[in-house]
Amino acid sequence: MLKSPSGVIGLVILLLAISVAVFGPMLFPNSPWRMVQRPFLPPFTLQAVPLGTDALGRDVFAGMIFGARVSLLVGLVSTLVALIVGVPIGAMAGYFGGKVDDALMRFTEFFQTIPSFALAIVLVAILQPSIYSIVASIAVVSWPPVARLVRGEVLSLRTREYVQAAVVTGQSNTWIILREILPNALSPVIVLASLMVATAILLESSLSFLGLGDPNLISWGYMVGAGRTVIRQAWWITVFPGVAILISVLGLNLIGEGLNDALNPRLSREGR
Amino acid sequence: MLSFVAQRVLKGVIVLLAIIVLNFFLIRLAPGDPAVVMAGEAGASDPIFVKQLREKFGLDKPMPEQLFIYVKGVVTLDLGFSFRQQAPVAKLIGERLPATLLLTLTAFTISLVLGILFGTFAARFAGIFLDTAITVFALIFYAMPIFWVALMGILLFSVTMDWLPSFGYETVGANLTGLAHAIDVAKHLIMPAMTLGLFFMATYTRMTRASMLEVKRLDFIKTARAKGLSDAVIQRRHVLRNALLPVVTLAGVHSGTLIGGAVITETVFAWPGIGRLMYDALLQRDYNLLLGVFVICSAMVLIFNLITDLVYRLVDPRIEFAS
Repeated sequence: MLKSPSGVIGLVILLLAISVAVFGPMLFPNSPWRMVQRPFLPPFTLQAVPLGTDALGRDVFAGMIFGARVSLLVGLVSTLVALIVGVPIGAMAGYFGGKVDDALMRFTEFFQTIPSFALAIVLVAILQPSIYSIVASIAVVSWPPVARLVRGEVLSLRTREYVQAAVVTGQSNTWIILREILPNALSPVIVLASLMVATAILLESSLSFLGLGDPNLISWGYMVGAGRTVIRQAWWITVFPGVAILISVLGLNLIGEGLNDALNPRLSREGR
Repeated sequence: MLSFVAQRVLKGVIVLLAIIVLNFFLIRLAPGDPAVVMAGEAGASDPIFVKQLREKFGLDKPMPEQLFIYVKGVVTLDLGFSFRQQAPVAKLIGERLPATLLLTLTAFTISLVLGILFGTFAARFAGIFLDTAITVFALIFYAMPIFWVALMGILLFSVTMDWLPSFGYETVGANLTGLAHAIDVAKHLIMPAMTLGLFFMATYTRMTRASMLEVKRLDFIKTARAKGLSDAVIQRRHVLRNALLPVVTLAGVHSGTLIGGAVITETVFAWPGIGRLMYDALLQRDYNLLLGVFVICSAMVLIFNLITDLVYRLVDPRIEFAS
Protein backbone atom coordinates (compact mmCIF):
# COMPACT_ATOMS: atom_id res chain seq x y z
CA MET A 1 0.00 0.00 0.00
CA LEU A 2 2.69 2.50 1.03
CA LYS A 3 4.68 1.62 -2.07
CA SER A 4 2.09 2.92 -4.51
CA PRO A 5 2.20 6.72 -4.85
CA SER A 6 -1.52 6.99 -5.57
CA GLY A 7 -2.31 5.03 -2.41
CA VAL A 8 -0.18 7.38 -0.33
CA ILE A 9 -1.82 10.47 -1.83
CA GLY A 10 -5.21 8.93 -1.15
CA LEU A 11 -4.30 8.11 2.42
CA VAL A 12 -3.07 11.66 3.06
CA ILE A 13 -6.30 13.08 1.65
CA LEU A 14 -8.43 10.75 3.76
CA LEU A 15 -6.52 11.49 6.97
CA LEU A 16 -6.87 15.21 6.25
CA ALA A 17 -10.61 14.87 5.66
CA ILE A 18 -11.05 12.81 8.83
CA SER A 19 -9.15 15.32 10.95
CA VAL A 20 -11.24 18.17 9.50
CA ALA A 21 -14.40 16.22 10.33
CA VAL A 22 -13.24 15.37 13.87
CA PHE A 23 -11.38 18.49 15.00
CA GLY A 24 -12.67 21.15 12.60
CA PRO A 25 -15.89 21.96 14.48
CA MET A 26 -13.86 22.39 17.71
CA LEU A 27 -11.48 24.88 16.09
CA PHE A 28 -14.14 26.75 14.14
CA PRO A 29 -17.16 26.82 16.39
CA ASN A 30 -19.10 29.12 14.02
CA SER A 31 -22.39 27.35 13.44
CA PRO A 32 -22.88 26.79 9.72
CA TRP A 33 -26.51 27.88 10.08
CA ARG A 34 -25.83 31.25 11.75
CA MET A 35 -25.73 34.48 9.82
CA VAL A 36 -22.28 35.94 10.35
CA GLN A 37 -21.94 38.55 7.63
CA ARG A 38 -23.85 40.24 4.85
CA PRO A 39 -25.22 37.83 2.19
CA PHE A 40 -23.11 37.13 -0.92
CA LEU A 41 -19.83 38.25 0.63
CA PRO A 42 -17.19 37.17 -1.92
CA PRO A 43 -14.43 34.84 -0.74
CA PHE A 44 -10.97 36.05 0.31
CA THR A 45 -12.27 39.47 1.38
CA LEU A 46 -12.57 38.95 5.13
CA GLN A 47 -10.24 36.78 7.15
CA ALA A 48 -12.98 35.73 9.53
CA VAL A 49 -15.06 34.33 6.65
CA PRO A 50 -12.36 33.14 4.23
CA LEU A 51 -14.67 31.50 1.70
CA GLY A 52 -17.38 34.15 1.80
CA THR A 53 -21.04 33.83 2.71
CA ASP A 54 -24.09 32.35 1.04
CA ALA A 55 -27.46 33.88 0.15
CA LEU A 56 -28.41 34.14 3.83
CA GLY A 57 -25.04 35.43 5.04
CA ARG A 58 -23.93 32.07 6.43
CA ASP A 59 -20.27 31.15 6.54
CA VAL A 60 -19.38 28.88 3.59
CA PHE A 61 -16.15 27.75 5.25
CA ALA A 62 -18.01 26.66 8.41
CA GLY A 63 -20.46 24.76 6.22
CA MET A 64 -17.59 22.93 4.52
CA ILE A 65 -16.09 21.92 7.87
CA PHE A 66 -19.33 20.70 9.39
CA GLY A 67 -20.30 19.11 6.06
CA ALA A 68 -17.22 16.90 6.19
CA ARG A 69 -18.72 15.17 9.23
CA VAL A 70 -21.94 14.28 7.48
CA SER A 71 -20.26 13.13 4.27
CA LEU A 72 -17.67 10.91 5.94
CA LEU A 73 -20.06 9.56 8.55
CA VAL A 74 -22.73 8.66 5.99
CA GLY A 75 -20.08 7.18 3.71
CA LEU A 76 -18.56 4.99 6.39
CA VAL A 77 -21.71 3.92 8.22
CA SER A 78 -23.70 3.07 5.09
CA THR A 79 -20.79 1.03 3.76
CA LEU A 80 -20.60 -0.77 7.09
CA VAL A 81 -24.32 -1.55 6.97
CA ALA A 82 -23.99 -2.73 3.37
CA LEU A 83 -21.19 -5.06 4.46
CA ILE A 84 -23.27 -6.38 7.35
CA VAL A 85 -26.02 -7.23 4.86
CA GLY A 86 -23.90 -8.34 1.92
CA VAL A 87 -21.19 -10.44 3.55
CA PRO A 88 -23.51 -13.00 5.24
CA ILE A 89 -25.68 -13.31 2.12
CA GLY A 90 -22.66 -13.86 -0.10
CA ALA A 91 -21.01 -16.22 2.38
CA MET A 92 -24.12 -18.37 2.74
CA ALA A 93 -24.68 -18.49 -1.02
CA GLY A 94 -21.09 -19.50 -1.69
CA TYR A 95 -20.80 -21.94 1.20
CA PHE A 96 -24.06 -23.84 0.95
CA GLY A 97 -24.38 -23.71 -2.84
CA GLY A 98 -27.31 -25.40 -4.59
CA LYS A 99 -30.78 -24.02 -3.92
CA VAL A 100 -29.63 -21.62 -1.21
CA ASP A 101 -27.13 -20.13 -3.63
CA ASP A 102 -29.75 -19.91 -6.39
CA ALA A 103 -32.30 -18.18 -4.21
CA LEU A 104 -29.86 -15.74 -2.63
CA MET A 105 -28.25 -14.85 -5.94
CA ARG A 106 -31.59 -14.24 -7.67
CA PHE A 107 -32.45 -11.96 -4.76
CA THR A 108 -29.13 -10.15 -5.15
CA GLU A 109 -29.50 -9.82 -8.92
CA PHE A 110 -32.96 -8.40 -8.42
CA PHE A 111 -31.57 -5.61 -6.28
CA GLN A 112 -28.79 -5.06 -8.75
CA THR A 113 -31.22 -4.60 -11.62
CA ILE A 114 -33.23 -1.87 -9.92
CA PRO A 115 -31.77 1.53 -10.83
CA SER A 116 -29.98 2.31 -7.59
CA PHE A 117 -30.18 6.07 -7.43
CA ALA A 118 -33.88 6.05 -8.33
CA LEU A 119 -34.53 3.49 -5.58
CA ALA A 120 -32.53 5.55 -3.09
CA ILE A 121 -34.59 8.64 -3.97
CA VAL A 122 -37.85 6.75 -3.57
CA LEU A 123 -36.78 5.21 -0.24
CA VAL A 124 -35.60 8.46 1.31
CA ALA A 125 -38.70 10.29 0.10
CA ILE A 126 -41.01 7.66 1.56
CA LEU A 127 -39.16 7.16 4.84
CA GLN A 128 -38.80 10.96 5.20
CA PRO A 129 -35.34 12.54 4.90
CA SER A 130 -33.13 11.97 7.92
CA ILE A 131 -29.61 10.73 8.47
CA TYR A 132 -31.03 7.26 9.24
CA SER A 133 -33.14 6.96 6.11
CA ILE A 134 -30.22 8.19 4.00
CA VAL A 135 -27.82 5.63 5.49
CA ALA A 136 -30.44 2.89 5.14
CA SER A 137 -31.24 3.61 1.52
CA ILE A 138 -27.59 3.91 0.48
CA ALA A 139 -26.95 0.57 2.19
CA VAL A 140 -29.95 -1.00 0.43
CA VAL A 141 -28.65 -0.01 -2.99
CA SER A 142 -24.99 -0.86 -2.38
CA TRP A 143 -24.89 -4.30 -0.77
CA PRO A 144 -25.34 -6.50 -3.91
CA PRO A 145 -21.76 -6.18 -5.23
CA VAL A 146 -20.50 -7.19 -1.76
CA ALA A 147 -22.64 -10.32 -1.75
CA ARG A 148 -21.47 -11.29 -5.23
CA LEU A 149 -17.83 -10.71 -4.44
CA VAL A 150 -17.95 -12.63 -1.15
CA ARG A 151 -19.85 -15.48 -2.82
CA GLY A 152 -17.17 -15.82 -5.46
CA GLU A 153 -14.39 -15.82 -2.87
CA VAL A 154 -16.14 -18.32 -0.61
CA LEU A 155 -16.87 -20.54 -3.58
CA SER A 156 -13.19 -20.84 -4.38
CA LEU A 157 -12.05 -21.13 -0.75
CA ARG A 158 -14.60 -23.77 0.19
CA THR A 159 -12.74 -26.56 -1.59
CA ARG A 160 -9.36 -25.74 -0.07
CA GLU A 161 -7.78 -28.44 2.03
CA TYR A 162 -7.72 -26.53 5.30
CA VAL A 163 -11.45 -25.95 4.99
CA GLN A 164 -12.01 -29.63 4.23
CA ALA A 165 -9.94 -30.43 7.28
CA ALA A 166 -12.17 -28.25 9.43
CA VAL A 167 -15.21 -30.05 8.04
CA VAL A 168 -13.70 -33.43 8.85
CA THR A 169 -12.93 -32.40 12.42
CA GLY A 170 -16.63 -31.72 12.85
CA GLN A 171 -16.63 -27.96 13.19
CA SER A 172 -19.99 -26.23 12.77
CA ASN A 173 -20.75 -24.42 9.50
CA THR A 174 -20.87 -21.06 11.24
CA TRP A 175 -17.48 -21.66 12.81
CA ILE A 176 -15.94 -22.69 9.50
CA ILE A 177 -17.37 -19.67 7.65
CA LEU A 178 -16.40 -17.19 10.35
CA ARG A 179 -13.00 -18.56 11.36
CA GLU A 180 -11.64 -20.36 8.32
CA ILE A 181 -13.14 -18.85 5.20
CA LEU A 182 -14.05 -15.19 5.74
CA PRO A 183 -10.68 -14.05 7.10
CA ASN A 184 -9.11 -15.29 3.88
CA ALA A 185 -11.72 -13.56 1.73
CA LEU A 186 -11.15 -10.24 3.46
CA SER A 187 -8.69 -8.43 1.20
CA PRO A 188 -10.87 -8.03 -1.91
CA VAL A 189 -13.73 -7.00 0.39
CA ILE A 190 -11.56 -4.26 1.90
CA VAL A 191 -10.73 -2.94 -1.57
CA LEU A 192 -14.38 -2.94 -2.55
CA ALA A 193 -15.35 -1.27 0.73
CA SER A 194 -12.99 1.66 0.18
CA LEU A 195 -14.54 2.26 -3.25
CA MET A 196 -18.02 1.89 -1.76
CA VAL A 197 -17.35 4.66 0.76
CA ALA A 198 -16.50 6.92 -2.20
CA THR A 199 -19.69 5.97 -4.02
CA ALA A 200 -21.72 6.44 -0.84
CA ILE A 201 -20.36 9.97 -0.42
CA LEU A 202 -21.37 10.74 -4.01
CA LEU A 203 -24.82 9.26 -3.41
CA GLU A 204 -25.32 11.20 -0.19
CA SER A 205 -24.29 14.45 -1.83
CA SER A 206 -26.65 13.79 -4.75
CA LEU A 207 -29.55 13.08 -2.41
CA SER A 208 -28.83 16.23 -0.38
CA PHE A 209 -28.50 18.20 -3.59
CA LEU A 210 -32.03 17.17 -4.56
CA GLY A 211 -33.27 18.35 -1.17
CA LEU A 212 -33.40 14.91 0.42
CA GLY A 213 -30.72 15.58 3.01
CA ASP A 214 -31.27 15.56 6.75
CA PRO A 215 -32.83 18.98 7.36
CA ASN A 216 -30.91 19.40 10.63
CA LEU A 217 -27.45 18.69 9.25
CA ILE A 218 -25.48 20.75 6.80
CA SER A 219 -23.82 18.77 4.04
CA TRP A 220 -21.77 19.52 0.95
CA GLY A 221 -24.49 18.38 -1.41
CA TYR A 222 -27.04 20.59 0.34
CA MET A 223 -24.73 23.60 0.02
CA VAL A 224 -24.27 23.08 -3.72
CA GLY A 225 -28.03 22.64 -4.08
CA ALA A 226 -28.72 25.83 -2.14
CA GLY A 227 -26.18 27.78 -4.18
CA ARG A 228 -27.53 26.52 -7.48
CA THR A 229 -30.18 29.20 -7.97
CA VAL A 230 -27.77 32.05 -7.28
CA ILE A 231 -24.85 30.68 -9.32
CA ARG A 232 -24.82 33.76 -11.56
CA GLN A 233 -24.22 36.12 -8.63
CA ALA A 234 -22.18 33.90 -6.32
CA TRP A 235 -20.08 31.15 -7.90
CA TRP A 236 -18.23 30.35 -4.67
CA ILE A 237 -21.23 28.86 -2.89
CA THR A 238 -21.37 26.01 -5.41
CA VAL A 239 -17.69 25.73 -6.32
CA PHE A 240 -16.08 25.13 -2.90
CA PRO A 241 -18.31 22.36 -1.50
CA GLY A 242 -18.08 20.60 -4.85
CA VAL A 243 -14.29 20.68 -4.68
CA ALA A 244 -14.52 19.16 -1.19
CA ILE A 245 -16.64 16.28 -2.53
CA LEU A 246 -14.31 15.80 -5.49
CA ILE A 247 -11.19 15.64 -3.31
CA SER A 248 -12.64 13.24 -0.76
CA VAL A 249 -14.00 10.88 -3.39
CA LEU A 250 -10.75 11.06 -5.33
CA GLY A 251 -8.80 10.25 -2.16
CA LEU A 252 -10.91 7.19 -1.43
CA ASN A 253 -10.66 5.96 -5.01
CA LEU A 254 -6.88 6.31 -4.87
CA ILE A 255 -6.80 4.36 -1.62
CA GLY A 256 -8.90 1.67 -3.26
CA GLU A 257 -6.44 1.46 -6.14
CA GLY A 258 -3.45 1.39 -3.82
CA LEU A 259 -5.00 -1.33 -1.68
CA ASN A 260 -5.94 -3.24 -4.78
CA ASP A 261 -2.36 -3.23 -6.07
CA ALA A 262 -1.06 -4.19 -2.65
CA LEU A 263 -3.56 -6.86 -1.64
CA ASN A 264 -4.53 -8.63 -4.82
CA PRO A 265 -2.79 -7.77 -8.03
CA ARG A 266 -5.01 -10.15 -9.96
CA LEU A 267 -8.26 -8.55 -9.01
CA SER A 268 -8.18 -5.17 -10.65
CA ARG A 269 -11.73 -4.82 -11.87
CA GLU A 270 -14.03 -6.51 -9.38
CA GLY A 271 -16.91 -4.54 -8.04
CA ARG A 272 -16.78 -1.78 -10.58
CA MET B 1 -30.22 -17.29 -30.61
CA LEU B 2 -34.01 -17.10 -30.53
CA SER B 3 -34.34 -19.29 -27.46
CA PHE B 4 -31.66 -17.21 -25.77
CA VAL B 5 -33.64 -14.04 -26.46
CA ALA B 6 -36.87 -15.66 -25.29
CA GLN B 7 -35.20 -16.80 -22.09
CA ARG B 8 -33.80 -13.35 -21.37
CA VAL B 9 -37.13 -11.64 -22.10
CA LEU B 10 -38.93 -14.04 -19.77
CA LYS B 11 -36.42 -13.34 -17.04
CA GLY B 12 -36.85 -9.62 -17.57
CA VAL B 13 -40.62 -9.90 -17.30
CA ILE B 14 -40.33 -11.80 -14.01
CA VAL B 15 -37.98 -9.19 -12.58
CA LEU B 16 -40.31 -6.42 -13.74
CA LEU B 17 -43.26 -8.09 -12.00
CA ALA B 18 -41.18 -8.34 -8.83
CA ILE B 19 -40.36 -4.64 -9.09
CA ILE B 20 -44.06 -3.82 -9.48
CA VAL B 21 -44.83 -5.84 -6.35
CA LEU B 22 -42.02 -4.04 -4.50
CA ASN B 23 -43.52 -0.77 -5.68
CA PHE B 24 -46.90 -1.75 -4.26
CA PHE B 25 -45.39 -2.24 -0.83
CA LEU B 26 -43.35 0.95 -1.11
CA ILE B 27 -46.55 2.93 -1.65
CA ARG B 28 -47.88 1.43 1.55
CA LEU B 29 -44.69 2.37 3.38
CA ALA B 30 -45.39 6.02 2.61
CA PRO B 31 -46.53 7.92 5.66
CA GLY B 32 -50.26 7.94 6.28
CA ASP B 33 -53.23 6.10 4.85
CA PRO B 34 -52.98 6.20 1.03
CA ALA B 35 -56.56 7.41 0.69
CA VAL B 36 -55.99 10.24 3.17
CA VAL B 37 -52.73 11.12 1.43
CA MET B 38 -54.48 11.15 -1.93
CA ALA B 39 -57.32 13.23 -0.54
CA GLY B 40 -54.76 15.62 0.86
CA GLU B 41 -53.07 15.81 -2.51
CA ALA B 42 -56.41 16.55 -4.12
CA GLY B 43 -56.89 19.33 -1.59
CA ALA B 44 -59.86 17.89 0.26
CA SER B 45 -60.11 15.75 3.34
CA ASP B 46 -63.76 15.27 4.21
CA PRO B 47 -64.56 11.71 5.26
CA ILE B 48 -67.02 11.06 2.41
CA PHE B 49 -64.41 11.87 -0.22
CA VAL B 50 -61.85 9.68 1.55
CA LYS B 51 -64.37 6.83 1.59
CA GLN B 52 -65.05 7.31 -2.11
CA LEU B 53 -61.34 7.19 -2.87
CA ARG B 54 -60.98 4.07 -0.80
CA GLU B 55 -63.69 2.35 -2.81
CA LYS B 56 -62.44 3.68 -6.15
CA PHE B 57 -58.91 2.39 -5.63
CA GLY B 58 -59.99 -0.78 -3.88
CA LEU B 59 -58.29 0.24 -0.64
CA ASP B 60 -61.15 -1.27 1.39
CA LYS B 61 -60.37 -4.72 -0.01
CA PRO B 62 -57.97 -7.25 1.54
CA MET B 63 -54.26 -6.84 0.80
CA PRO B 64 -53.77 -9.68 -1.75
CA GLU B 65 -56.69 -8.40 -3.80
CA GLN B 66 -55.30 -4.87 -3.67
CA LEU B 67 -51.99 -6.20 -4.87
CA PHE B 68 -53.69 -7.98 -7.75
CA ILE B 69 -55.57 -4.83 -8.75
CA TYR B 70 -52.38 -2.83 -8.62
CA VAL B 71 -50.32 -5.26 -10.70
CA LYS B 72 -53.12 -5.55 -13.24
CA GLY B 73 -53.23 -1.78 -13.46
CA VAL B 74 -49.51 -1.37 -14.05
CA VAL B 75 -49.41 -4.18 -16.62
CA THR B 76 -52.13 -2.40 -18.61
CA LEU B 77 -50.08 0.79 -18.27
CA ASP B 78 -52.43 2.33 -15.74
CA LEU B 79 -49.93 3.82 -13.30
CA GLY B 80 -52.48 5.68 -11.23
CA PHE B 81 -53.47 9.32 -11.10
CA SER B 82 -51.40 12.30 -10.10
CA PHE B 83 -53.65 14.59 -8.12
CA ARG B 84 -51.03 17.31 -8.03
CA GLN B 85 -50.73 17.50 -11.80
CA GLN B 86 -54.36 16.49 -12.41
CA ALA B 87 -53.40 13.91 -15.04
CA PRO B 88 -52.84 10.17 -15.30
CA VAL B 89 -49.27 9.21 -14.36
CA ALA B 90 -48.80 7.18 -17.56
CA LYS B 91 -49.73 10.19 -19.69
CA LEU B 92 -47.30 12.47 -17.83
CA ILE B 93 -44.48 9.96 -18.26
CA GLY B 94 -45.32 9.32 -21.92
CA GLU B 95 -45.00 13.04 -22.68
CA ARG B 96 -41.60 13.24 -21.02
CA LEU B 97 -40.07 9.97 -22.18
CA PRO B 98 -38.72 11.09 -25.61
CA ALA B 99 -36.63 13.89 -24.06
CA THR B 100 -35.07 11.45 -21.60
CA LEU B 101 -34.32 8.92 -24.31
CA LEU B 102 -32.69 11.61 -26.43
CA LEU B 103 -30.55 12.74 -23.51
CA THR B 104 -29.50 9.34 -22.19
CA LEU B 105 -28.79 7.80 -25.58
CA THR B 106 -26.72 10.80 -26.68
CA ALA B 107 -24.78 10.76 -23.41
CA PHE B 108 -24.30 7.01 -23.66
CA THR B 109 -23.00 7.20 -27.23
CA ILE B 110 -20.64 10.07 -26.43
CA SER B 111 -19.26 8.31 -23.36
CA LEU B 112 -18.78 4.97 -25.08
CA VAL B 113 -17.12 6.34 -28.22
CA LEU B 114 -14.84 8.78 -26.40
CA GLY B 115 -14.15 6.35 -23.57
CA ILE B 116 -13.03 3.56 -25.89
CA LEU B 117 -11.02 6.04 -27.97
CA PHE B 118 -9.17 7.52 -24.99
CA GLY B 119 -8.73 4.13 -23.36
CA THR B 120 -7.22 2.71 -26.54
CA PHE B 121 -4.85 5.67 -26.80
CA ALA B 122 -3.82 5.32 -23.18
CA ALA B 123 -3.16 1.60 -23.58
CA ARG B 124 -1.27 2.12 -26.83
CA PHE B 125 1.03 4.65 -25.22
CA ALA B 126 1.10 3.00 -21.81
CA GLY B 127 3.63 4.52 -19.44
CA ILE B 128 4.34 7.73 -21.32
CA PHE B 129 2.94 11.21 -20.76
CA LEU B 130 -0.22 10.89 -22.86
CA ASP B 131 -1.27 7.80 -20.90
CA THR B 132 -0.64 9.49 -17.56
CA ALA B 133 -2.58 12.58 -18.62
CA ILE B 134 -5.58 10.53 -19.78
CA THR B 135 -5.48 8.40 -16.63
CA VAL B 136 -5.35 11.41 -14.31
CA PHE B 137 -8.23 13.14 -16.11
CA ALA B 138 -10.28 9.95 -15.99
CA LEU B 139 -9.64 9.64 -12.25
CA ILE B 140 -10.76 13.21 -11.63
CA PHE B 141 -13.92 12.99 -13.75
CA TYR B 142 -14.70 9.70 -12.06
CA ALA B 143 -14.73 11.45 -8.68
CA MET B 144 -16.88 14.46 -9.62
CA PRO B 145 -20.53 14.50 -8.59
CA ILE B 146 -22.70 14.90 -11.70
CA PHE B 147 -24.69 17.83 -10.33
CA TRP B 148 -21.48 19.74 -9.72
CA VAL B 149 -20.12 19.05 -13.20
CA ALA B 150 -23.42 20.36 -14.54
CA LEU B 151 -23.18 23.56 -12.51
CA MET B 152 -19.54 24.10 -13.42
CA GLY B 153 -20.52 23.66 -17.08
CA ILE B 154 -23.19 26.32 -16.69
CA LEU B 155 -20.75 28.60 -14.91
CA LEU B 156 -18.15 28.20 -17.63
CA PHE B 157 -20.09 27.93 -20.87
CA SER B 158 -23.24 29.90 -20.09
CA VAL B 159 -22.41 32.50 -17.45
CA THR B 160 -18.79 33.30 -18.33
CA MET B 161 -18.53 32.62 -22.05
CA ASP B 162 -22.19 32.77 -23.04
CA TRP B 163 -21.77 30.01 -25.62
CA LEU B 164 -24.54 27.63 -24.69
CA PRO B 165 -28.01 27.94 -23.17
CA SER B 166 -28.07 26.92 -19.51
CA PHE B 167 -31.51 25.35 -19.31
CA GLY B 168 -34.45 23.94 -21.21
CA TYR B 169 -35.04 21.83 -24.29
CA GLU B 170 -35.51 24.60 -26.83
CA THR B 171 -35.60 28.39 -26.94
CA VAL B 172 -38.93 29.36 -25.46
CA GLY B 173 -41.13 31.40 -27.77
CA ALA B 174 -38.79 31.10 -30.76
CA ASN B 175 -41.24 28.85 -32.64
CA LEU B 176 -38.51 27.40 -34.83
CA THR B 177 -39.25 24.61 -37.29
CA GLY B 178 -37.31 22.09 -39.32
CA LEU B 179 -33.54 22.33 -39.32
CA ALA B 180 -33.43 25.50 -37.25
CA HIS B 181 -35.41 23.72 -34.53
CA ALA B 182 -33.12 20.68 -34.63
CA ILE B 183 -30.06 22.91 -34.25
CA ASP B 184 -31.72 24.75 -31.40
CA VAL B 185 -32.46 21.48 -29.58
CA ALA B 186 -28.93 20.23 -30.26
CA LYS B 187 -27.50 23.39 -28.71
CA HIS B 188 -29.58 22.81 -25.62
CA LEU B 189 -28.58 19.16 -25.60
CA ILE B 190 -24.79 19.57 -25.69
CA MET B 191 -24.24 20.51 -22.06
CA PRO B 192 -26.63 18.04 -20.41
CA ALA B 193 -25.38 15.19 -22.59
CA MET B 194 -21.73 16.02 -21.97
CA THR B 195 -22.35 16.35 -18.23
CA LEU B 196 -24.07 13.01 -18.03
CA GLY B 197 -21.54 11.41 -20.36
CA LEU B 198 -18.36 12.57 -18.62
CA PHE B 199 -18.56 10.24 -15.63
CA PHE B 200 -19.23 7.24 -17.85
CA MET B 201 -16.58 8.32 -20.30
CA ALA B 202 -14.09 8.27 -17.43
CA THR B 203 -15.22 4.78 -16.45
CA TYR B 204 -15.02 3.39 -19.98
CA THR B 205 -11.61 4.98 -20.50
CA ARG B 206 -10.23 3.30 -17.39
CA MET B 207 -11.87 0.03 -18.25
CA THR B 208 -10.74 -0.03 -21.88
CA ARG B 209 -7.18 0.84 -20.90
CA ALA B 210 -6.94 -1.82 -18.19
CA SER B 211 -8.62 -4.44 -20.30
CA MET B 212 -6.49 -3.80 -23.40
CA LEU B 213 -3.29 -4.01 -21.39
CA GLU B 214 -4.50 -7.30 -19.97
CA VAL B 215 -5.47 -8.83 -23.31
CA LYS B 216 -2.16 -7.76 -24.86
CA ARG B 217 -0.31 -10.09 -22.51
CA LEU B 218 -2.32 -13.15 -23.50
CA ASP B 219 -0.95 -16.01 -25.54
CA PHE B 220 -3.17 -15.68 -28.60
CA ILE B 221 -1.73 -12.22 -29.22
CA LYS B 222 1.72 -13.77 -29.29
CA THR B 223 0.38 -16.31 -31.77
CA ALA B 224 -1.07 -13.56 -33.96
CA ARG B 225 2.27 -11.77 -33.87
CA ALA B 226 4.09 -15.00 -34.73
CA LYS B 227 1.76 -15.44 -37.69
CA GLY B 228 3.18 -12.16 -38.97
CA LEU B 229 0.04 -10.05 -38.71
CA SER B 230 0.62 -6.32 -38.76
CA ASP B 231 0.44 -4.41 -35.51
CA ALA B 232 -2.63 -2.45 -36.62
CA VAL B 233 -4.54 -5.63 -37.43
CA ILE B 234 -3.59 -7.20 -34.11
CA GLN B 235 -4.70 -4.10 -32.24
CA ARG B 236 -8.01 -3.84 -34.02
CA ARG B 237 -9.06 -7.42 -34.65
CA HIS B 238 -7.60 -9.19 -31.64
CA VAL B 239 -6.83 -6.84 -28.80
CA LEU B 240 -9.69 -4.35 -29.08
CA ARG B 241 -12.36 -6.91 -29.88
CA ASN B 242 -11.57 -8.96 -26.81
CA ALA B 243 -10.88 -5.97 -24.61
CA LEU B 244 -14.31 -4.53 -25.38
CA LEU B 245 -16.16 -7.42 -23.73
CA PRO B 246 -15.83 -6.16 -20.15
CA VAL B 247 -16.67 -2.67 -21.42
CA VAL B 248 -19.96 -3.96 -22.86
CA THR B 249 -20.75 -5.73 -19.58
CA LEU B 250 -19.99 -2.54 -17.71
CA ALA B 251 -22.26 -0.54 -20.01
CA GLY B 252 -25.09 -2.90 -19.07
CA VAL B 253 -24.35 -2.67 -15.38
CA HIS B 254 -24.25 1.10 -15.65
CA SER B 255 -27.61 1.57 -17.30
CA GLY B 256 -29.20 2.07 -13.88
CA THR B 257 -26.60 4.66 -12.96
CA LEU B 258 -27.24 6.38 -16.28
CA ILE B 259 -30.93 6.77 -15.40
CA GLY B 260 -30.01 8.03 -11.93
CA GLY B 261 -27.61 10.51 -13.50
CA ALA B 262 -30.38 11.63 -15.84
CA VAL B 263 -32.53 12.58 -12.83
CA ILE B 264 -29.78 14.93 -11.62
CA THR B 265 -28.83 16.27 -15.05
CA GLU B 266 -32.42 16.95 -16.04
CA THR B 267 -33.03 18.68 -12.72
CA VAL B 268 -30.07 21.04 -13.12
CA PHE B 269 -30.70 21.84 -16.78
CA ALA B 270 -34.51 21.90 -16.53
CA TRP B 271 -34.55 19.25 -19.25
CA PRO B 272 -38.18 18.16 -19.68
CA GLY B 273 -37.65 14.40 -19.22
CA ILE B 274 -38.85 11.85 -16.69
CA GLY B 275 -35.90 12.62 -14.40
CA ARG B 276 -37.12 16.16 -14.00
CA LEU B 277 -40.63 14.76 -13.55
CA MET B 278 -39.29 12.60 -10.73
CA TYR B 279 -37.75 15.65 -9.09
CA ASP B 280 -41.03 17.55 -9.33
CA ALA B 281 -42.87 14.57 -7.86
CA LEU B 282 -40.31 14.55 -5.08
CA LEU B 283 -40.76 18.23 -4.25
CA GLN B 284 -44.52 17.86 -4.11
CA ARG B 285 -44.37 14.46 -2.39
CA ASP B 286 -46.51 13.13 -5.23
CA TYR B 287 -45.99 9.45 -4.40
CA ASN B 288 -48.09 8.02 -7.22
CA LEU B 289 -46.08 9.89 -9.79
CA LEU B 290 -42.76 9.18 -8.02
CA LEU B 291 -43.35 5.44 -7.97
CA GLY B 292 -44.73 5.47 -11.51
CA VAL B 293 -41.49 7.02 -12.76
CA PHE B 294 -39.58 4.49 -10.69
CA VAL B 295 -41.33 1.55 -12.40
CA ILE B 296 -40.71 3.02 -15.86
CA CYS B 297 -37.03 3.66 -15.04
CA SER B 298 -36.66 0.06 -13.92
CA ALA B 299 -38.30 -1.18 -17.10
CA MET B 300 -35.93 0.94 -19.17
CA VAL B 301 -32.95 -0.52 -17.34
CA LEU B 302 -34.23 -4.03 -17.95
CA ILE B 303 -34.62 -3.37 -21.68
CA PHE B 304 -31.17 -1.83 -21.83
CA ASN B 305 -29.67 -4.81 -20.00
CA LEU B 306 -31.31 -7.13 -22.49
CA ILE B 307 -29.81 -5.17 -25.38
CA THR B 308 -26.30 -5.22 -23.88
CA ASP B 309 -26.63 -8.95 -23.31
CA LEU B 310 -27.39 -9.43 -26.97
CA VAL B 311 -24.58 -7.11 -28.03
CA TYR B 312 -22.20 -9.05 -25.80
CA ARG B 313 -23.17 -12.23 -27.57
CA LEU B 314 -22.63 -10.61 -30.95
CA VAL B 315 -19.28 -9.06 -30.07
CA ASP B 316 -17.79 -11.98 -28.18
CA PRO B 317 -15.59 -13.87 -30.63
CA ARG B 318 -15.79 -16.97 -28.43
CA ILE B 319 -19.56 -17.36 -28.80
CA GLU B 320 -20.98 -18.25 -32.19
CA PHE B 321 -24.64 -18.75 -32.86
CA ALA B 322 -25.47 -21.74 -35.01
CA SER B 323 -27.18 -20.26 -38.05
